[in-house]
Amino acid sequence: MIPFILCLILFLIGLYGIITQKNLIKIILGLAIMEYSVNLFLIMIGYIDGGTAPIFSEKFHISSYVDPLPQAMILTAIVIGLATTALLLAMAIRLYRKYGSFDIRKINSLKG
Amino acid sequence: MEIYLIIMLVLMICGSLFSLHAKDLLSAVISYGIVGFGLVISFLLLQAPDLAIVQVVVEIVTLVIMIAVIKDTTEEQNKQTASFSHFVYLLVLLLFTIAFYLAFEKVSGGLSPFGQHVTRMATAYTYGVNTTGSANLVTGVVFGFRAYDTLGEATVLFTAVIGVLTILRLKGKKGE
Repeated sequence: MIPFILCLILFLIGLYGIITQKNLIKIILGLAIMEYSVNLFLIMIGYIDGGTAPIFSEKFHISSYVDPLPQAMILTAIVIGLATTALLLAMAIRLYRKYGSFDIRKINSLKG
Repeated sequence: MEIYLIIMLVLMICGSLFSLHAKDLLSAVISYGIVGFGLVISFLLLQAPDLAIVQVVVEIVTLVIMIAVIKDTTEEQNKQTASFSHFVYLLVLLLFTIAFYLAFEKVSGGLSPFGQHVTRMATAYTYGVNTTGSANLVTGVVFGFRAYDTLGEATVLFTAVIGVLTILRLKGKKGE
């Protein structure tokens, strides 16, 4: 159970970054850390003690594989995470060009 | 096996904490690399080599993009002073922590303990070697049983590339 708890702590650190940091880049880093911890958590659920990688061969019996379904799902999620991070960074660099700062307290033209 | 995973996770936690508190952005991004590459090693420990390969590529691309974003920014980091709003943020974070912990307790009751997972849903996939002909079961799931998901993923990636190009377009319309 300890790895699950540590994964939760990693998630909460990412959340801490999003809530408390003022720098746009660090907020994006916090978001990426949260995403990584969720990926790792789902892979951990599918792990079986003493299991081998789910690649078929004559040597290993089928029942000794770890669960291939979470791995396939997370494979998709990792690539989508890259896409979101790239999009966020593009927005950040656009904001930097306009305001000359990554500080969210200075990016206030749309303030109501 | 579990102890190595715990060591990697503790390293990742240290890296993420340092990354969020680093003085300048370059060291923040580089120590964020600790988290990503620690994740790669964790995937290898958890017997997921396909994921490890994809994660290496994704991590390097992310780091390159991030360093390209921050390399010509010359901004002094503002000192974070303890203020009232900081206190409010920490309070909100505490509330979130309690809420997430309670949810975690609730959910993890239904989970098997670490390493005791029983493959329930994926039995059809596990015997899918005869159906798809792919020796790698993960590839069999991604491109065989769930090929439409992969198509959707490609669509999302394409949309993100279009979005980045649109945002980063240097010149606007004429007359702007």
